[in-house]
Amino acid sequence: MAVEAVRQDITEELGRTDNKVDLPSMSELASYVADQDTESGSEADSPTVGDYTAADPVMTVRDCNVFYGDTHALIDVNLDIGRNEVVALIGPSGCGKSTFIRCLNRMNDTIDIARVTGDLRLYGDDINARKTDVVLLRARVGMVFQKPNPFPKSVYENVAYGPRLHGLASNRAELDEIVQTSLERAGLWDEVKDRLEEPGTGLSGGQQQRLCIARTIAVSPEVILMDEPCSALDPIATARIEDLIDELSQNYAIAIVTHSMQQAARVSQRTAYFHLGRVIEVDTTDKVFTNPGHKLTEDYVTGRFG
Amino acid sequence: MQLTTLLLILAAMAVMSFMVGRQRAIGTAGGYRQIKTLHSLPKYYGYYAAIWCGIPGLILIAFWLAIADSVILDRVIESLPADLRNLPESQLSLVINDIKNIAVGQFASPDSRAELVVAADLYTALHSSARRILSGLVILLGMIGLGIAWLRLRPELRARNHVEGMVKLGLVLASTLAIFTTVGILASVLFEAVRFFQKVPVTDFLFGLTWSPQTALRADQVGSSGSFGAVPLFTGTLLISFIAMLVATPIGLMTAVYLSEYATRRVRTWVKPALEILAGVPTVVYGYFAALTVAPLLGDIGEFLGLEVASESALGAGLVMGIMIIPFVSSLSDDVINAVPQAMRDGSYALGATQSETIKKVVLPAALPGIVGSTLLAVSRAIGETMIVVMAAGLAANLTANPLQAVTTVTVQIVTLLVGDQEFDSAKTLAAFALGLVLFIVTLGLNVLALQIVRRYREQYE
Repeated sequence: MAVEAVRQDITEELGRTDNKVDLPSMSELASYVADQDTESGSEADSPTVGDYTAADPVMTVRDCNVFYGDTHALIDVNLDIGRNEVVALIGPSGCGKSTFIRCLNRMNDTIDIARVTGDLRLYGDDINARKTDVVLLRARVGMVFQKPNPFPKSVYENVAYGPRLHGLASNRAELDEIVQTSLERAGLWDEVKDRLEEPGTGLSGGQQQRLCIARTIAVSPEVILMDEPCSALDPIATARIEDLIDELSQNYAIAIVTHSMQQAARVSQRTAYFHLGRVIEVDTTDKVFTNPGHKLTEDYVTGRFG
Repeated sequence: MQLTTLLLILAAMAVMSFMVGRQRAIGTAGGYRQIKTLHSLPKYYGYYAAIWCGIPGLILIAFWLAIADSVILDRVIESLPADLRNLPESQLSLVINDIKNIAVGQFASPDSRAELVVAADLYTALHSSARRILSGLVILLGMIGLGIAWLRLRPELRARNHVEGMVKLGLVLASTLAIFTTVGILASVLFEAVRFFQKVPVTDFLFGLTWSPQTALRADQVGSSGSFGAVPLFTGTLLISFIAMLVATPIGLMTAVYLSEYATRRVRTWVKPALEILAGVPTVVYGYFAALTVAPLLGDIGEFLGLEVASESALGAGLVMGIMIIPFVSSLSDDVINAVPQAMRDGSYALGATQSETIKKVVLPAALPGIVGSTLLAVSRAIGETMIVVMAAGLAANLTANPLQAVTTVTVQIVTLLVGDQEFDSAKTLAAFALGLVLFIVTLGLNVLALQIVRRYREQYE
């Protein structure tokens, strides 16, 4: 509810009773509106609309809660990610999409004040258990970031970095092979095959992001997480990455955070709508965009807010 | 009139001009209510008038201070009898000193002649009349300046722009002062060094292997070898600096890695200031530490191992100097490591790298240029360091690479050459300037190189 609307209501109310009473200040009104929103949030307390399970799940998440210090950033999130499927996570800024995917490979460990609870599993293995080796987990669950972040090394070394860490190649020829296949699958090989020794930071933004994708798939992960992978790219580079995501979904389970609803509609099979730390609705992408089951989802996908 | 009085009068005139200019501006605008018709606020017209009143006078005073004395002296010398006037320059300067001493009523040399007293009177008279003329001129200039400001002051005058232009000029002058000082220091060192190289060939100085700067004052003096080969000094400096860097680089770097990557915020807030205290310890205190604690300790250890350790070994001085520059290396490297974007680390972690792998393979390579730069800055600091080596390193100019022996450094020799009563035209003292020049060039080169490397690195991520 907008602050102005409340003020309007009060003005009308007062118009019937006493004109001389001072109106409450805007800040008082704002806190009143915030209270109202919390109450109306009770409708968001109701369980997620739609079906959050997948037929052939790779990852299952049940009752996931995340706290940053005193802030409750994710509230009772349930979601599955299925084999060979792209799940799009949409929602307004600060709604917990990035926080959610950072739980899936425990990147939240790098934030001191973050605390994650709930039952998160990758093929039945508990992701969040204390004894889980995050090194192995992250090799199985790769991640591509919002801003391309190639290492300040050569193109070749960028891709070879992960395989070297995990000892995936026993000699140089095998490593060459891995680097080439990864670059080919990332659709970058033809552009960089003659400049493998040049620094990765010297590539264009779109090429850098595909390099980061190649780097991720070089360690043969089972799931790839993408945190707004196209938000720093131009439309042509974006289109290439979207094609790539489509191809990659043949082999990997993919979760992609995006602010572009067109992108979500183009690349994903299922879509989850996040709002203020809760998953409001999960369903097939078609259903979410054409016939959403929840008022908030409808407001968001029709562009009423967000 | 005394100079201070004159300056006070000038300041008072400037303040008055400020008020006059301000009132005049308000007046031309037609009263307070109309000041929006002025181009600038009234106070700017005040400053404008004050500048016109004060600055020409100040320039005149500066000019007078620079040349008046020499002009007056020329007149005084002209008035001297021919036999005094035609004395060689060095003796003439003695005569002039006598005249000045008599003029201020001090004791003059007993053989001063009556002509000198006359000359001294002339000197005093010329000075006081010159000062009277100066005072008159300064006050006159101030009034003329105020008059000009008064005439030029119109509502459309861009007083604010003029005043700000003057402020900018002042800032430029202030900033060039430091540059001119550096140039001046370099010039004085260079000038003396050139005089040294007239006595001792450059090649002998740069490539000679023996350093023994005792020159003879008399022809029959013994023990005056007078050999100025600087090689042992530079090898000594390099040896001690090398030992210092051997201590400081690994410890400093590991400190930086711990502080920036592993330490919790609480540890950081304690350890970082503690390290900076290490940088704040006066080098003299490090000197005591080296001479009184470290050197005997090294001697004992040496004895235990059956090695002969000189009481003023290069090792002792180098170790303590290394401790001194740890904070330089660690604090600069810490900044550089922190400047590596978190995205780099995240990218590495997301591929399943451990923290240690991430540091070794991503963070340190990315920070390497900056680390090299900070190390070079520390080296130039070590080469120029004086107090520790004066107290803990020896004076014997041994050409050796053995850290257990005594060596001497460039800075130590400069100090010993210049301490005490010295004549400033012997090769011995002039050698200090030649050493200083070479030292200056080396450290300047290192600093430029280091800053260049650091800057190139910075450009990468900003």
